[in-house]
Amino acid sequence: MMKTVSQRIVGMNGDEAVAFAAKQAEVDVVAAYPITPQTIIVERFSDYVANGEVDTQFVCVESEHSALSACVGSSLIGSRVFTATSSQGLALMHEVLYLASGLRTPIVMAVANRALSAPINIHNDHSDMMGSRDCGWIQIYAENAQEAYDWTLQAFRIAEDHKVSLPVTVNLDGFTISHAMEGVAVLEDDQVSKFLGTRNPMYKLDAANPMTFGALALPDYYSEFKRQQVEAMNNTPPVVTAVADEFRKISARQYSAVSTFSVDDAEAAVICLGSIAGTARAVATRLRQQGKRVGVIKIWQYRPFPTSEVAELLSNVKSVGVIDRAVSFGAPYGALCSDIASTKVLTGIETKMFNVICGLGGRDVKPTDIEGVFERALRHARGEPIGDTVSFVGVRT
Amino acid sequence: MVTLKELPTQELFGPGHRMCTGCGPAATARMTMKALEKPAILVNATGCLEVASTIYPDTAWKVPWVHTLFENTAAVASGIEASLRKQGKADTVDIVAFGGDGGTFDIGIQALSGALERKHDFTYICYDNEAYMNTGIQRSGATPYGAATTTTPAGSKIPGKMDPKKDLIGICVAHGVEYAATASVAYWNDYITKVRRAAAVKGPAVIHVLAPCPLGWRFETSETIKLAKLAVQTKYFPLYEVEHGKYKLSLKVPKPVPLEEFLKPQGRFRHLFAPEFAKDLEELRKQVESNWNRITQLCGEPAAQTPPSSS
Repeated sequence: MMKTVSQRIVGMNGDEAVAFAAKQAEVDVVAAYPITPQTIIVERFSDYVANGEVDTQFVCVESEHSALSACVGSSLIGSRVFTATSSQGLALMHEVLYLASGLRTPIVMAVANRALSAPINIHNDHSDMMGSRDCGWIQIYAENAQEAYDWTLQAFRIAEDHKVSLPVTVNLDGFTISHAMEGVAVLEDDQVSKFLGTRNPMYKLDAANPMTFGALALPDYYSEFKRQQVEAMNNTPPVVTAVADEFRKISARQYSAVSTFSVDDAEAAVICLGSIAGTARAVATRLRQQGKRVGVIKIWQYRPFPTSEVAELLSNVKSVGVIDRAVSFGAPYGALCSDIASTKVLTGIETKMFNVICGLGGRDVKPTDIEGVFERALRHARGEPIGDTVSFVGVRT
Repeated sequence: MVTLKELPTQELFGPGHRMCTGCGPAATARMTMKALEKPAILVNATGCLEVASTIYPDTAWKVPWVHTLFENTAAVASGIEASLRKQGKADTVDIVAFGGDGGTFDIGIQALSGALERKHDFTYICYDNEAYMNTGIQRSGATPYGAATTTTPAGSKIPGKMDPKKDLIGICVAHGVEYAATASVAYWNDYITKVRRAAAVKGPAVIHVLAPCPLGWRFETSETIKLAKLAVQTKYFPLYEVEHGKYKLSLKVPKPVPLEEFLKPQGRFRHLFAPEFAKDLEELRKQVESNWNRITQLCGEPAAQTPPSSS
């Protein structure tokens, strides 16, 4: 039983909720560049700065590349740093993403997920973040504005923990979450201040204690740097758990690496990221009423990938439909499905699996689409043929 | 002007770095550290200076120093400055960004433009050796007309680079920076004075310093300072500063040395002395002359007399 905590409910869209969280986190520096559908985040934050509601240096840079570069500079001084981007902006940041993780700067960045050009498209899918999924950042996917708010707050604690010291992206589906107004339960400023504290950097650029950052590491040392980044990733899950526990105490909302819905006795399940999970739960609820044993697994913490948790959840599921909202051109599966395939190989679970690609460029993923995935998974579970193991849903043939 | 005795004996850069013998940029770095009077934080773009001064686990820097990428040095400096401003420490530290000509004229120009426009309080020093030396002497926007590089080789038909050098200081002045200046490693007291002026400015300041590269220019390693001086004495590289948009010549050249004396010791210009490329040598001479006239005019100097062509 969770303790009831009375909280203010504020009408906010996902972008506003993220901006509000960054304000409550009392970030020292924000460096950002506008891109749809992230713009509301930087606009609202600009309002806070302009009205003196937050004591933050807001650096309105000339590109996303410079946005994240400025964030790295600020983070190395020891500041708490936030930024936000989307789509082409994240792609333009690509090399800086590796820099931020390699220099171990605990930057928090919201990504309002959007398709990549060409053709140009401003709507949601996960191509942007999936294109950078191996960049060494912790990657969280939110399902709605509430989760975007909650995870943004928790992200600072996770990133700034000395056992981790890695940057974090909080992903929220473009428009579906970023622009959709919801009631968001918010904490009081002082609760957040107490929860987050101030950043205490392990190392920093400091005139009183000169250090060299970003040295050239040749073949004799480079591997060890990378190995340490892997260790930091490996250190992350227990930190996420501890932070989530503390967050639950003040918010009565429980987070972890994965979220499940009626998976315990499920024969068939769907695994997904982000806002599709809401549709999937609604469909699963209806199918359950018809006596169909289906469940939903939503991955919150996509990187580091929660391999053992997913394996345990799937161990009694006979078939799982894995939903990818991005294409990995030329690869056997979409990105999420590749991770599930790896999970199967690593853990030996025998759950059958198939991959569904849908919702590209903001294409609506309808309840009937998801129902189709469940029905296929149920047939799969019964040993009936399901056709291609990788297929598009909701796409003209 | 400072005197040698007034300079600190302390070496905050090196010794122990692995720059080449006769490296102009290394001399620039050393002089910069002697010029700065406040504690400094350095941001270094990818390039020779970065690569050869911080090979892990060694570092040649006794000040806080960071290298991130090639094109984002001014942006990183922006972030550092924003943080220091937030901490109330902006006035206690000199933030200095080093970029080579490739990292400044070409790939880093956007980030530099943004940082200048936003008026971050930092000093940007472009050490210009007129090509991408770290990657093996490829042409940059700072490479002069006619120079041979590995991507503008002196071919039998095309004799080196066929485009002129960019006007970096003009670009910076167009942003309304309070202070911008050119310098040469040969004129150490002029350089140090300019670094101090730049650092004292509240806001961005830019110094464009000519720093010859023996390897890329193909001259004797003992001749670096001599070449850097000849560049000025032949009018090839005018020394001037721009304060609040007002140009001022730092060094008059009443008796210019013929341009050939600067060009001839350098392998990168050798092909221009072949008879078939005489017109290209002439084109380079015209560009040098025209740039000198433009700058001196901006500086309010009396119009120079065109010396007789020494063909």
